[in-house]
Amino acid sequence: MLSPANEAELAAMVADATDPLRIVGGGTRAIGAPAPGEVVSLAAMSGIELYEPGALTLLARAGTPLAEIEALLESEGQMLPFEPPHMGGLLGRDGTSTLGGVVATNAAGPRRLQAGACRDALIGVRFVDGSGTIVKNGGRVMKNVTGYDLVKLMAGSWGTLGVLSEVAFRVLPKLNGATLAVQSAGPSEAVDIMTKAMTSPFDVNGAGFVPGEAVYIRVEGLEASVAYRVGQLRDLIGGEIDVIDDPVASAKLWQRLRDVTDFAEGSAAVWRVSMKATDLLEQIEALEGAEYRLDWAGGLAWVRMVDGAAEADVVALHQALQAACLAKGGHATLMRARDAVLGQVPAFQPEAPGVARLSAGLRQKFDPRGVLNAGLMGA
Amino acid sequence: MEMPQPDASVIARKARIVERLQKVMPKTAVIHDPAETLAYECDALTAYKCPPLAAILPANTEEVAAALKICHEEGVPVVPRGSGTSLAGGALPTADSVILGVARMNRVLDTDYDNRIIRVQTGRTNLSVTGAVEAEDFFYAPDPSSQLACAIAGNIAMNSGGAHCLKYGVTTNNLLGVTMVTMEGEVIEIGGAHLDSGGYDLLGLICGSEGQLGVVTEATLRILRKPEGARPVLIAFDSNEVAGACVSDIIKAGVLPVAIEFMDRPILEITEKHAKAGYPDCEALLIVEVEGSEAEIDAQLGLIKQIARSHNPVDLREAETAEEAGRIWLGRKSAFGAVGQVADYMCLDGTIPVSELPRVLKGIKEISAKYGLNVGNVFHAGDGNMHPLIMFDANKPGDLELCEACGADILRLCVEVGGCLTGEHGVGIEKRDLMGAQFTAADMEAQMRVKDVFDPAWLLNPAKVFPLETSRARRENEVAA
Repeated sequence: MLSPANEAELAAMVADATDPLRIVGGGTRAIGAPAPGEVVSLAAMSGIELYEPGALTLLARAGTPLAEIEALLESEGQMLPFEPPHMGGLLGRDGTSTLGGVVATNAAGPRRLQAGACRDALIGVRFVDGSGTIVKNGGRVMKNVTGYDLVKLMAGSWGTLGVLSEVAFRVLPKLNGATLAVQSAGPSEAVDIMTKAMTSPFDVNGAGFVPGEAVYIRVEGLEASVAYRVGQLRDLIGGEIDVIDDPVASAKLWQRLRDVTDFAEGSAAVWRVSMKATDLLEQIEALEGAEYRLDWAGGLAWVRMVDGAAEADVVALHQALQAACLAKGGHATLMRARDAVLGQVPAFQPEAPGVARLSAGLRQKFDPRGVLNAGLMGA
Repeated sequence: MEMPQPDASVIARKARIVERLQKVMPKTAVIHDPAETLAYECDALTAYKCPPLAAILPANTEEVAAALKICHEEGVPVVPRGSGTSLAGGALPTADSVILGVARMNRVLDTDYDNRIIRVQTGRTNLSVTGAVEAEDFFYAPDPSSQLACAIAGNIAMNSGGAHCLKYGVTTNNLLGVTMVTMEGEVIEIGGAHLDSGGYDLLGLICGSEGQLGVVTEATLRILRKPEGARPVLIAFDSNEVAGACVSDIIKAGVLPVAIEFMDRPILEITEKHAKAGYPDCEALLIVEVEGSEAEIDAQLGLIKQIARSHNPVDLREAETAEEAGRIWLGRKSAFGAVGQVADYMCLDGTIPVSELPRVLKGIKEISAKYGLNVGNVFHAGDGNMHPLIMFDANKPGDLELCEACGADILRLCVEVGGCLTGEHGVGIEKRDLMGAQFTAADMEAQMRVKDVFDPAWLLNPAKVFPLETSRARRENEVAA
């Protein structure tokens, strides 16, 4: 295993590589068939470079543990806006999640529907491309249109275009919240309820559905404002509603939805599917032999195959979900599966030909020798 | 600003190129008479002008694709144009280029309130997107100052912001999908009505690429339900430093206003003369706006006023009626126009870390004195997006060059304190030659590789963004892309 201590060492290692390298942060988010080659661990490249609460900005090395960042932000009453999920539980990994891994996977939790994903809060990157060249893009300011936005390109590129060495974020004040728990008969009614909440002026920043349990609607802000909006939403939605107004209990519930802890147990296949809510509902209603959770007001589904399902059934559902996403837009990503399944199907969503050509072109330009996470994210 | 020598062989083929373009769209949509192409010789950076070879106004994606295919075959550079409101020269043509204007493509294609999206052709103006949904109490959040005129196409090209992006983000945070035509004429769908696409974030790459990667003909935009209400408060200080500290404290306190606008004395004096908004006599003035219900606004403004008072403001006014709110915003909204009444001006767009505000304002004052040019500041303080207005006399020989040198010094200062050259206007030609102050050769090489993938022949808006020397080999096709 290679373990660079700093960016210059990392650049030299990539430049010198003759065989593929497998880039690893904390290893808690890796999906799909593992990339071949020697492991490059970013764990030693850790540390906060700059944190300015009054400017809402934070800059840290890519190997910095997510938990360390969250604790630091918490001490100033701030947070990462996109509520990054901790995937170790669901994926059965016990490593330490790093900031670079959060960026490389463009992680985003429930607040994504209002505050955006990791890519929306990311304001700067430094990375080493596949030739070993150090590149910077963006910076430490919130508004920046100087040159092309490679910051967004790096978010969600899974270490296939470059190895992140440093990342900068826009952060937000952390606010207390309350959650409405609304009784719902099924997914269609649940999506209706969430849509009603999202099209209201009450600034909802979480909307999810746990079948058999409730539709959850979250509002956050100053105490008086939260109470007011909870009251307004209760009147607007109607029906049987419980209110979780203890901020700690509310936060705990959303942590469970964020990390999909309901699906952590066992090893049955799990997908993360993002589509337009109305398109996704069709897929959910057609599910057989699988259960689901909805987030992002119905724009995101976590789907889990029943335990002990036949391999052929897993593959069939996988193909159906990815085909639907290809036809209607969105993605179905296989987050967890047995090796036998991973060997047969692509974990990542296949792209339409035009987009695939551009993506392949970018990969070839940024990693001409194909040494970075070879095979990950399709060819 | 230097522009590349036009390709004489392209100019010599004008008649044939025009004739071919007229075959793929109505004849009236191909403008080639020199008297008529004059209207396309510049954008809002009026100091630079050049008539294009021709200007075309296609009506839909198919016509754009057919036209680009022809231009690609003929080796003609294409300069995409929204409404021509770029302050950076993003739509400035060269004599051998075809302007591709999207102005005729202004339809709303689909409105879906439940999924909170609207799909439009990109020639539609920014404000008319909100106009299409406001009857249902929805709005489109990015609000550049030119929103009455500027097109969504230009907003996407420059990743435009506005006064309210502190809360709602800029264009890239509100753009969900595009239909884009490549220089070769291939139509590509990227993103859509869903939030995440998987794969590389091509949408994020296209937004802010200044029309150099493709021509975006249709866009899916996020629309939001309007808040119940909004109310501004005006806070006046006797120094820029204290106003800057107040901005920082408001942000730290955990309230996130939708807007924090900053005006300094030079701007206030000019604005007051022309707009007569009745602003207090002060060194620095903040306008802070919050949203929500009446009670929520009271709670947030209560906290903001408390913070402001701890900095001993010389005046603090809260709008109690819509008319008073209008008056508070009047001076801010008239500022650019007021400056335009007294002088020619160049509007810069550097962004800095909010904590560096006092230092940079002081630095700008020194630079202003050094060049003997009056510089006023009116800007989005919440996100550090400065808008220094450098006043000069365009009729005085040498004054434009002096103004540009002054601007370059100010932008270098922005970069020096950890900021950037442009926060929302784009690089265009205006900041092109300063890119080296912010980026290394390797940084720019990485960006240019992206263009190599999308536009291998380097025909789309080629003389922008990158210093001419840096992009020369590619533009002259010496690099095998």
